[in-house]
Amino acid sequence: MLQIKVLGPGCPKCKTTYNNVLEALKQTNVEANVEKVEDIEEMMKYNILTTPVLMMNDQIKVKGRIAQVSEIIELLKK
Amino acid sequence: MFDWIQHFADWLIYSVFGIGAETHLGTALNFFVYDTLKILLLLFLIVFLMGVVNAYFPIEKLKDFLNRKKLYGLEYFFASIFGAITPFCSCSSVPLFIGFVQGGIPLGVTFAFLITSPLVNEVAIAMFIGMFGIKATLIYATSGILLGTLGGWLLGKFNLEPMLSDWVKKILENKMQQSDYEEEKLTFRQRLPEITRSAWDIVKGVVLYVIIGIAIGAAMHGYVPENFFGQYLGGGQWWTVPIAVILAVPMYANAAGIVPVIQVFVAKGVPLGTAIAFMMATVGLSIPEATLLKKVMSIKLIAIYFGVVTLFIILSGFLFNLLL
Repeated sequence: MLQIKVLGPGCPKCKTTYNNVLEALKQTNVEANVEKVEDIEEMMKYNILTTPVLMMNDQIKVKGRIAQVSEIIELLKK
Repeated sequence: MFDWIQHFADWLIYSVFGIGAETHLGTALNFFVYDTLKILLLLFLIVFLMGVVNAYFPIEKLKDFLNRKKLYGLEYFFASIFGAITPFCSCSSVPLFIGFVQGGIPLGVTFAFLITSPLVNEVAIAMFIGMFGIKATLIYATSGILLGTLGGWLLGKFNLEPMLSDWVKKILENKMQQSDYEEEKLTFRQRLPEITRSAWDIVKGVVLYVIIGIAIGAAMHGYVPENFFGQYLGGGQWWTVPIAVILAVPMYANAAGIVPVIQVFVAKGVPLGTAIAFMMATVGLSIPEATLLKKVMSIKLIAIYFGVVTLFIILSGFLFNLLL
């Protein structure tokens, strides 16, 4: 199954990204394992600089900004 | 530039509500309407501009630049400028901090970034332009950047690496692997909705603080006698600067709420230098920030870091009061 991770220490932008992911999944009926990574130590394993980060199957898709619902839907289609 | 807002405020309070311009209530309300509209407009403009800069700012490249080039001490200055133009959210500050040390950037340079990042931010700049004008804003931003440069340089002189958290030290030992991330290629038109939206979100997030801050400011403006603070606090006694700064460190008011109140303090006689120092200590150092940093460094290092920055803020307060 598709693994989605949202990395961010809990700022509003990170929460918005997380909610956008849920919304995109709902709209596309795609099933996925969504995980919110809030622990900085865990986060740094992915070698990131800016948050929030959206990852799909351990690949960074969007970082440093909010991923919009339409954008996530596009990514899900790929 | 803001005349039309003043006309609108005059019209609304004096004509529509019919409250006289000579009453305390009239001046206070007029001041409130004018300032709120002006500040919100400025906030949106500046946050939007910074959003555009941010969207195109090559963070990865800057990291490599700081790391590879011999910059003869200028790397502290560049890191500090970088801290000033990155987003205000401390959420990104800590990952950036680790990313920097991980990438092999010296701790002092990383500290230069960490000091300036909250100290000079777009919300504070917008509020400063609105309440104190361009000149005071330039002084504030420039001195914030210099403070970060000097503070980082000084911290770099100490041997602080052993005081980082164990897991950060471990990261330091096995330097980084390159990420497999591809550069995003989005046109400006594609990015614009997102930039506008996040600017709007930031403004929405602080609007309540702006209104409360300006309301308190407006009330004080109308009712506190002229030169009231000047008589009690502002008379240039040297100890007012350290007291103001030390009081401000544990305070965590966001810039949006605190600037309008400071403006009244200045209008009623507190020297601008003391006010800027107070402002810097409020936004630059805070308990929530210390909590976040605890994850990456020991309490002792946090204390050293806060101590050095506090000292520099106090010194710059003295300097402003001499110069301004």
